[in-house]
Amino acid sequence: MNELPQQLVNGLLLGSMYGLVAIGYTMVYGIVQLINFAHGEIFMTGAFGALTVYLYVLPDGTSMAVALPLMIVGAIVVAVAVAVGAERFAYRPLRNAPRLAPLITAIGLSLALQQAVWAWYPDAKSSVTFPQIDGGPFHIGNVTIQTGDIFLLVAAPVSMAVLAYFVMKTRTGRGMQATAQDPDTAKLMGVNTDRIIVIAFALGATFAAIGGVAYGLKYGEINFRMGFILGLKAFTAAVLGGIGNIYGAMIGGVVLGIAETLASAYISNIPGMEKFGSQSWADVWAFVLLILVLLFRPQGLLGERVADRA
Amino acid sequence: MTALLEVEDLRVAYGKIEAVKGISFKVEAGEVVTLIGTNGAGKTTTLRTLSGLLKPVGGQIRFDGKSLKKTPAHQIVSLGLAHSPEGRHIFPRMTIEDNLRLGAFLRSDRAGIEKDIQRAYDLFPILGERRKQAAGTLSGGEQQMLAMGRALMSQPKLLMLDEPSMGLSPIMMQKIMATIAELKSQGTTILLVEQNAQAALSLADHGHVMEVGSIVLSGTGQNLLHDESVRKAYLGED
Repeated sequence: MNELPQQLVNGLLLGSMYGLVAIGYTMVYGIVQLINFAHGEIFMTGAFGALTVYLYVLPDGTSMAVALPLMIVGAIVVAVAVAVGAERFAYRPLRNAPRLAPLITAIGLSLALQQAVWAWYPDAKSSVTFPQIDGGPFHIGNVTIQTGDIFLLVAAPVSMAVLAYFVMKTRTGRGMQATAQDPDTAKLMGVNTDRIIVIAFALGATFAAIGGVAYGLKYGEINFRMGFILGLKAFTAAVLGGIGNIYGAMIGGVVLGIAETLASAYISNIPGMEKFGSQSWADVWAFVLLILVLLFRPQGLLGERVADRA
Repeated sequence: MTALLEVEDLRVAYGKIEAVKGISFKVEAGEVVTLIGTNGAGKTTTLRTLSGLLKPVGGQIRFDGKSLKKTPAHQIVSLGLAHSPEGRHIFPRMTIEDNLRLGAFLRSDRAGIEKDIQRAYDLFPILGERRKQAAGTLSGGEQQMLAMGRALMSQPKLLMLDEPSMGLSPIMMQKIMATIAELKSQGTTILLVEQNAQAALSLADHGHVMEVGSIVLSGTGQNLLHDESVRKAYLGED
């Protein structure tokens, strides 16, 4: 049986999740030229926010049809609070510091958030079960889509459409573009760039939170370290697509997801490569792809050379 | 009657280095005032301070009766002070039309904005022809037109132009200067910073000559144009 369509769908789904998280890296980088390495943990706290709503806010036995929307809200509230707090208290005081200072702060914040969840979230020393949507998997031809993945299939394109509309069509979105291209001149136009920076962090956190819910539904459990590798993958996706470009983030995510899935499915068929096909090698192939892109197309798939900043 | 803009003993520093060392001047409504001087005289620093991008270390700025000293940059344009910065600084990846719309960022009168966009196209027809083009593809002179058009979109009481002729061909320079003259005849109040002293002084009601952070000479445009020392230092005559 030809399993290529199935592998492509798997890659697309995984990649959409990378893309949702990658949006946050790319937006924050586009506005303040900061790689927010704590963004993976914002994704993680979002997932825990959703779980908290399910376990401690809603009464036992609430059906997922009711619970899921509220869990998404909980995820977004927690992730946005963490991201905006980080911006206000960790990054803003370093706005004019050398670039290395906020970068190290981000790595420190990332560890601190992981450890905070590990230490204080009930029973989170190891993986915690995440509630699942009932119902069997769906079949389209010989492609199977797991129930938990249906959420991604809807959430990723809707998120992208909402974001594109916001950035291109609203006044705040235009102010955001202006701030990304030339912050001082944006101020001269009356754009409150401090506010735009907060909005960029908050929007990135919103999509990361949706990604966190998707992760829980996809894998059935979450843990305090889930943001580390996934954050690196999403960062890779953002660079792959062209950092600073919101469409690039989504496309980079999908390309990465598909490449990784196909590599772990097929690379073992190549003579001599038998042992490189397992799932644990998938991460390696993802980062090999990153290295190749950095070597041959450092501006990313959709990135522009930065020569137009006269 | 108080002037539209009153600058008093303004001092601005980058770290310990004082770039503007206590200058005072006024701009009355309806007039064109120019600051001339060589590179590094503090002209651009003065404009960037007036629009709030730099914070003064001393002195007073009063615009339209209000002190600007504590006003953040993004609120100053709404008071009626627009700044077309040195080096033009258009938004390269946005269309010409979106650049103009950003000039009206704080306005919400849609009909008025559309009318003013049309007015910018009347003033600079080339911008109208290329309205959907990315602004980064324009030539230097066209970018200058866009920067001026964008600044006008906020319906300013005072328009600050920093080096509008910088790096332009002589023909384009003439065009830009003619536009400034046209804006003046329409009653726009302008504070003009220029290295091209000849062109600036011929247009200006008043002028001030800056040297290393201080105003060393002031007068009407015509007086300065015929002043011996100005002719020697800035108009290339001996």
